[in-house]
Amino acid sequence: MASNTSSVTVPAPGKSIWDGGVSPMGASYGKLMMWFFLLSDAFTFSGLLITYGLVRSAHPAYTGEVENFIFSTTYWPVPEKVFDAIPFFHGLEAPLVFVGLMTFILIMSSVTMVLAVEAGHRMDRKAVEKWMLWTIVGGLTFLGCQAWEWTHFIVGTDTPTLVKDMVNGQSITKEVFGANLAINQYGPQTFANFFFFITGFHGFHVFSGVLLNFLIYYNTVTGVYDRRGHYEMVEKVGLYWHFVDLVWVFVFTFFYLV
Amino acid sequence: MASHAHEPQVTVVPPDKAKIFHLWKVAGILLAVTILEFIVAFTIGHGAFKTAIFIVMTIVKAAYIVGEFMHLKHEVKILMWSILIPMIFVVWMLVAFVYEGMAISAVR
Repeated sequence: MASNTSSVTVPAPGKSIWDGGVSPMGASYGKLMMWFFLLSDAFTFSGLLITYGLVRSAHPAYTGEVENFIFSTTYWPVPEKVFDAIPFFHGLEAPLVFVGLMTFILIMSSVTMVLAVEAGHRMDRKAVEKWMLWTIVGGLTFLGCQAWEWTHFIVGTDTPTLVKDMVNGQSITKEVFGANLAINQYGPQTFANFFFFITGFHGFHVFSGVLLNFLIYYNTVTGVYDRRGHYEMVEKVGLYWHFVDLVWVFVFTFFYLV
Repeated sequence: MASHAHEPQVTVVPPDKAKIFHLWKVAGILLAVTILEFIVAFTIGHGAFKTAIFIVMTIVKAAYIVGEFMHLKHEVKILMWSILIPMIFVVWMLVAFVYEGMAISAVR
């Protein structure tokens, strides 16, 4: 049964909708379980982002003018000063432009996904193929952008930051370029750690989403869903893909903008 | 090519122009809100007011993605509330943790 409409089947007389035999939530088992999985995943991402909020508010904020901002481990960095580079334009200050582009790419791939779902409802195999392929292209482009962003973050800026470090039990101050899980030029160490964990966990979701999208694309091309008589799998994976976009909306706001 | 005897007969329904237009409209709203966020990011000074604007805009975007793209607005109400009501815990966690963070900051 393709569940194009989400109507509840009417139960037999004298029975409630919870007595079995009907779908009280008007959705198939698979779709329902995808929803509840996404709910649990939303809690996981909330845990990461809210802990970021705790650690950030536990650190002193930068209080001066944004133009005079310099990197220091004594206060939390201003995100637009950390993420201000774009590929091929070394040295050009373009705050948040690249992240904005990534947001645009992910929103567009969400649109192509919803168009694939719509085509699936109409049993239009050619259109599903077309829109799934665009969705996969969008996902891969996003992953490519993220790879560049990570590389840039790890390699660092042209001028180093002086960071206190412990070497053989001695506290020393040294010049640091870039960031990793042990040392960070942009600000307190946890800032880099949260960057890697939050965008990394989201990027991993995008990666698995691209794999699932490819699986759906393959099944569509080979006519599996035509033989099955419905395209509900496109809908289920579509839910996952939109969720990945949804998480990015929150990461974009709470990691890059605020 | 005798194997084609097993291929099912599929009737393709022509696309509903109004429905597709609606989807693109939602996409347009999402992009417009993102552009607005950009404008706010570089015109309003850092502070609680700016953060509040960003939170409102993020919730607007989230509502469009979940409601329209994920179709939750048009599902059976009991499914919709089963997904939305547990989000109360997230709101509580956010308030509690940020409050705690500020307390840590004050003690330091």
